[in-house]
Order: sequence, then structure tokens, then C-alpha cells
Amino acid sequence: MDYIKAFLVGGAICAVVQILLDKTKLLPGRVMVILVCTGALLGAVGIYEPFAKWAGAGAGVPLTGFGNVLFKGVKEAVDKEGFIGIFKGGFTSSAVGISSALIFAYIASWFFGPKMKS
Amino acid sequence: MSEQQNTKSKMVGKQSLMFQNPPIILASASIAGKKESEGPLGTLFDEIEEDPLLGKKTWEEAESELMRKAALKVLEKAGLASRDIRYLIGGDLLGQLIATSFGIGELEIPLLGIYGACSTMGEAMTLGSILVEGGFADRILAITSSHFAGAEKQFRTPLDYGNQRPYSASWTVTGSGAVIIADSSFAPKGNEAQIIIKGVTIGKIVDYGLKDSMNMGAAMAPAAFETIKQNFEDFGVDPSYYDKIITGDLGYVGKQILIDLLKEKNFDISANHMDCGIEIFDQDNQDTHAGGSGCGCSAITFSSYILKQLREGTWKRVLFMPTGALLSQVSFNEGNSVPGIAHAVIVERR
Repeated sequence: MDYIKAFLVGGAICAVVQILLDKTKLLPGRVMVILVCTGALLGAVGIYEPFAKWAGAGAGVPLTGFGNVLFKGVKEAVDKEGFIGIFKGGFTSSAVGISSALIFAYIASWFFGPKMKS
Repeated sequence: MSEQQNTKSKMVGKQSLMFQNPPIILASASIAGKKESEGPLGTLFDEIEEDPLLGKKTWEEAESELMRKAALKVLEKAGLASRDIRYLIGGDLLGQLIATSFGIGELEIPLLGIYGACSTMGEAMTLGSILVEGGFADRILAITSSHFAGAEKQFRTPLDYGNQRPYSASWTVTGSGAVIIADSSFAPKGNEAQIIIKGVTIGKIVDYGLKDSMNMGAAMAPAAFETIKQNFEDFGVDPSYYDKIITGDLGYVGKQILIDLLKEKNFDISANHMDCGIEIFDQDNQDTHAGGSGCGCSAITFSSYILKQLREGTWKRVLFMPTGALLSQVSFNEGNSVPGIAHAVIVERR
């Protein structure tokens, strides 16, 4: 059941993004920023966290989940450290995700070269 | 064709030139990538490069190599050495003309590097013809190149990013095309038909404010429209004067816009218009969306298919008009529009 829920929710988010890409003139970079901001915003108003608990990876893996993590990090840091947390929290909470993406991408570049699309 | 008022002047109308001693196209060469070789024109290219990196390490080096090979090939086909070429006029799409600067240095031909985005082949042939006809050069080599991966990296997103392409997006052609333009006295003896450059119409920047880098055809079509209209006006001709009116890389989207714009001015080119970007790929089987684009697109189509049709006499006179979208990654990131330009060259069989 968890798998089905994650599949459907994640798929629904991706479907909305596909519609944005196909029907608007928004470039992919902008769409990604919209996703992150939406996640942060929904996290801020307290919707994303319960939604993510219910949907699992379906809400955590898409970029909206990343936005939510950013907000969560800032909130926790502000609660703990006050004002300085605004600048610290987002990076702390997303550090694992960002660093692993960079490191694994770098490792992959040792073994693979650029390829043409066909 | 209207008589010229002043026999001394080669200037015609507002933006055009008519040559009194038209230069000839001595030879042409085209080097194309694998995908291009699988397209409808695949058998016409001189050489096919199966390896998209051409044995090099980067896309930029690969495109430089494409250009080097095209230059060597056209010299070989003309039976000339690089010292026989007075000037080389060339350009490409990469920042500060990487492919031109790194590709043809070893030839040691004096170089005029030019940038006209995908219209560069039209610009190079225009400038080359002017130099030759004016007596400032006896033989020039006009060359351009583009590479799909290099162009994606420079203008859109690197391929490793795995971006989706909308249906209005074009596919940058991997290839390099070159022609040698020479004074008519270099025409081979015999009865063989000569291909001459009769005149040119130099285009101006036309900017309708479109901002979509994924729909370059729409951005370039108004520029093509202005140049064609000016060509008709300057020379006092209509679409029937040409067997083919050939645009560079408007693709399916841009072609329709161009035809519609000209219809409003009572010029119907729907019967004899052709677009290199549409000809070069098979849209149904090659997933190239709006069609081919890039400096190389019009250059290799001209060097192979168009010149062949002229040599064989299928067409007697064409208007060859590469179209360019003059955006840079900086202007684009700063939210600017995509200005278009198109230069037209009248090529005739004589």
C-alpha cells in the first residue's frame, strides 16, 4: 500500500510538472524553482509535513519535498538558535542531499563520459 | 529584373547587391554527424562522423575537428592547397568562435571570423562574394559548423542534465559545411555548368520581442520575411523568379509563420519554399521536433543537396537564406528577447 500511495502521489506531482512544461513557456529551471518554493511554502503553512507523512516517498522525492526540508531546517534552527538560524537551517538540513548529489555525480564522472542524445 | 540606373554601382535597392562579374562556387564540402547521416540527405554528405566526439575529449574540440575536416575536404575537392586561398571567412555558435579559432589555425589562411548565429553561412558567402567580385581576393573559403552537444551545453542545458525538449524546439545539426568562392576566371574549362553567386541581400535585425529559446523558428521567421520582401523589392522580382526560396532553419513552426507573413504582403511562396531544417531530418522517425538548426544545418544542406540540384539542373536559380537567432546565453539569462537576422544569396546555374 505504501508503494502504491508513493507511486500515485509522486506521479501526480510529476504530471502537474509535465503539464507546466508542455502548456506554458516556463523553462525547466524555472519549473524546478517553482517546485522548491511551493514545497517550502506548503511546509511553512503546515500542510506539507502531514501530507509527506501520509504519502511517504511520493512527497519526499520530488523537489517539493526538498523545499519542505529547507523550510523545516530553517524553522528548527530558528527555534534552537534564534535569528542566526535563518541563515543556517536550510543548509544544515539539506547538506546530506546536496553533498551526496555532488559526490556521487563526481564519482560517476570518473567512469562515464558525456554522450550524445539520439 | 529591373535595369540598373547607375551602371557603375553594384548596389541595388535598399539592402542588395548585384554582381557585374558574378563569382563562382568552385567546390563545396560537407561533414556530418551520425544522426544527420540517417536523415533524408544522408547519402549526399562527403564524410560521416560516427563518433560524436570525433576522438576528442570535449564537444568544443569535436566541433573544431569537424570544421578542420570540412576545410581540408573542400580544398581536396577543389584540388587546391591552403596557400591558394586568399582569405577564410568562418564562424560557429560556440562562445567567441571556439570551433573556428581552434579548428582551422593549422591551415594558416588569413581569417575573418564572423558571428551571425545560424545565418553565418549566408554572411560568410556574402562577404566572400563581395571580396572576390571587388577584386580584393581571388579565392575565399566560407565555412561554418555546429554541434548538437556543444550548442545544447552553450545555449540550453548540458546533455547530462537530461532535460526534456518541447515540440517547438529544434535539433542543432552536427556538421560543418564549406564552399570555395572564386573569381569567374577560375571556372574550369569545358561545357560544365557553373554555379554563380548573382547577388545578395543583407538582412537587418528584426526583433518581435519573442523570448522563447525553445522556439527559435518563430523568432527568426520575421527576419526571414523582411529579407525576402526586401529582396523582391530591391530586384523587382516576385517569388516565381526563384525555383526555390530556401531558408536556413526555421523548422515547421517558423516556416508557417514566414509563409503567412508574406501572404499578407501578397507574396505566395508556399509552392517553392524549402527549409534546410525541415529537409535534413525525418521528423516522423528521428524525433527532432521542430527540425534541424545551427550554423551547420544550412551549410551542409547547401554544400550537398542544394548545390547538387543546381549542378544537375533541377533548379536554375535559388535564393539561399540562412536565418539566425542572435541570442547569447547572457542576454537570454537577463530576460531579453531573441533578435533574428537573415542574409540572402542568389545562387544561379549558368
